[in-house]
Amino acid sequence: MSPVELAPPALSGAREAFIEGAYLISSILFVLGLKSLTVPDRARRGMQLAALGMLLAIVGTLVHHEIVSYGWILAGLALGTAIGWPLGTRVPMTAMPQRIAISHMFGAIAATLVGVAEYRHLAGLPGGPGHGQMAALGFEVLFGSLTVTGSFMAFGKLQEFLPGRPLTFRGQNLLSAGLFLAGVGLMAWLVVAPQHPAAFLAMLAVGLLFGVSLVLPIGGADMPVVISLLNSYAGLASSATGFAIGNNVLIIAGALDGASGFILSVVMSKAMNRSFGNVLFGAFGAPPPPSAAPARDVAVRAITPEDAATELAYARLVIVVPGYGMAVAQAQHQVREMAQLIERNGGTVLYAIHPVAGRMPGHMNVLLAEADIPYDRLKEMEEINGEFKNADVALVIGANDVVNPAARTDRSSPIYGMPILDVDQARHVIVLKRSMSPGFAGIENELFHAANTSMLFGDAKASLAQLVHEIKQA
Amino acid sequence: MNLQLIELYVFILAGFVGFFVITKVPALLHTPLMSATNAISAISLVGSLVLAGATDRGTLSAVLGFLAVTCATINVVGGFIITDRMLRMFKREGGPKGRAR
Repeated sequence: MSPVELAPPALSGAREAFIEGAYLISSILFVLGLKSLTVPDRARRGMQLAALGMLLAIVGTLVHHEIVSYGWILAGLALGTAIGWPLGTRVPMTAMPQRIAISHMFGAIAATLVGVAEYRHLAGLPGGPGHGQMAALGFEVLFGSLTVTGSFMAFGKLQEFLPGRPLTFRGQNLLSAGLFLAGVGLMAWLVVAPQHPAAFLAMLAVGLLFGVSLVLPIGGADMPVVISLLNSYAGLASSATGFAIGNNVLIIAGALDGASGFILSVVMSKAMNRSFGNVLFGAFGAPPPPSAAPARDVAVRAITPEDAATELAYARLVIVVPGYGMAVAQAQHQVREMAQLIERNGGTVLYAIHPVAGRMPGHMNVLLAEADIPYDRLKEMEEINGEFKNADVALVIGANDVVNPAARTDRSSPIYGMPILDVDQARHVIVLKRSMSPGFAGIENELFHAANTSMLFGDAKASLAQLVHEIKQA
Repeated sequence: MNLQLIELYVFILAGFVGFFVITKVPALLHTPLMSATNAISAISLVGSLVLAGATDRGTLSAVLGFLAVTCATINVVGGFIITDRMLRMFKREGGPKGRAR
């Protein structure tokens, strides 16, 4: 495949061994880096090793025999660093979902461009690409292109320059299915007859369109699944690149990424009690039919910050349930401040994190850790659900669907069967909420009407600041 | 054995390794996990580098390579930095590296 070697065989052999050795070591370091993420205390060190592995792979590649000049390489490395540095150091933790979405796009662009250039190169050679190689290039460009536009749509929804609600029209699923079949069909055709640049470009275009039609109809609350899925696709595109250019470290790293994204999407789907297909084609998040939630006359009990503060100040166990509303209000630092005051009075504060709280997997944990809350206080759903009955106060901050008891009781509810946090078992539930508007899923929440629930209306950050002030007085 | 068959073995076995390792990552670290895997899969930079450096294939190819190098480098640099930034924040109560509360 490569042009005739100009270097003497001994030298080229040593160079080859150096490159392959570097790739092997970096593959090992990548696996060890991910392994370290299973233990929070070792995670940082492990990922630094993985970064070292990346550096090693890059240095190894720079002596590759097909590289004849370094101008474009240095320019790309410099520009990429100039953009990547602030994206790493400056982006606030609240913006993490859109930051991750856009990085899936960058990864997919790189894979797609390599695929396009490789096809162009191979199609110019006398034999053209082989069938196996063409299959790899097809996967690479198809997965890559749909991830490019899909991630950009997800980014737009999270950054809110595109509407977060699902954008749907009649025949949407038909269009998506048609695009999918067209993409697969073009790829199959190319594998059989690789020398068709027009078909290749058409496949690229179909992939780009499919990415748009796939993500546009998906609502904001479903973003955790979408981001995970795109993570998986970006990994598979990287892996396919490895197949296309015959590079094992790409295959390995891409497979790790693909597996990770896949696992996360399964975890997220389960936490919403929905299937993949339902997330992708169900357009969940659209307002339900009006008959679903009959308006009730039951009044909600409002509570004043003073009363809430008195109760919190003398509570023995408080469980905080954070949701996307806390992230939007950026209230995590006030939460920490309040928790410290309660702990000073001898109480315990724990945090109940639902898997799909926020807009991406684990988002709440990052925000609370940023506010200097020790991670052993952050409890997963299965771990904390038994504790609610012992809690004096469950403080719900900007969460809605993940605490809706209808998921347990109301068969007609769209979220029926979804595992939820059992906050209603706490002695007293205080819900911090802007107004009585329904949550993202547009479903009435009977928790707000329960006898042991009080509502503290207002902006989460302002309410918490007031609570902190009042607890100090109490 | 056919080279592409070996690659398929590598892919499938790596997928298994990924599956078994990542199922053990606690939900606590799912966001850093995603940014970490994203940074690692930016290893496609390796392919982009060769493309950008093989200028004997023509300018268009080198320019595509340059763009690919840029995008992949964004993820390598930004991805590892932000992962580290997040992991630095996770502290145990009074733990070994815990900042005083």
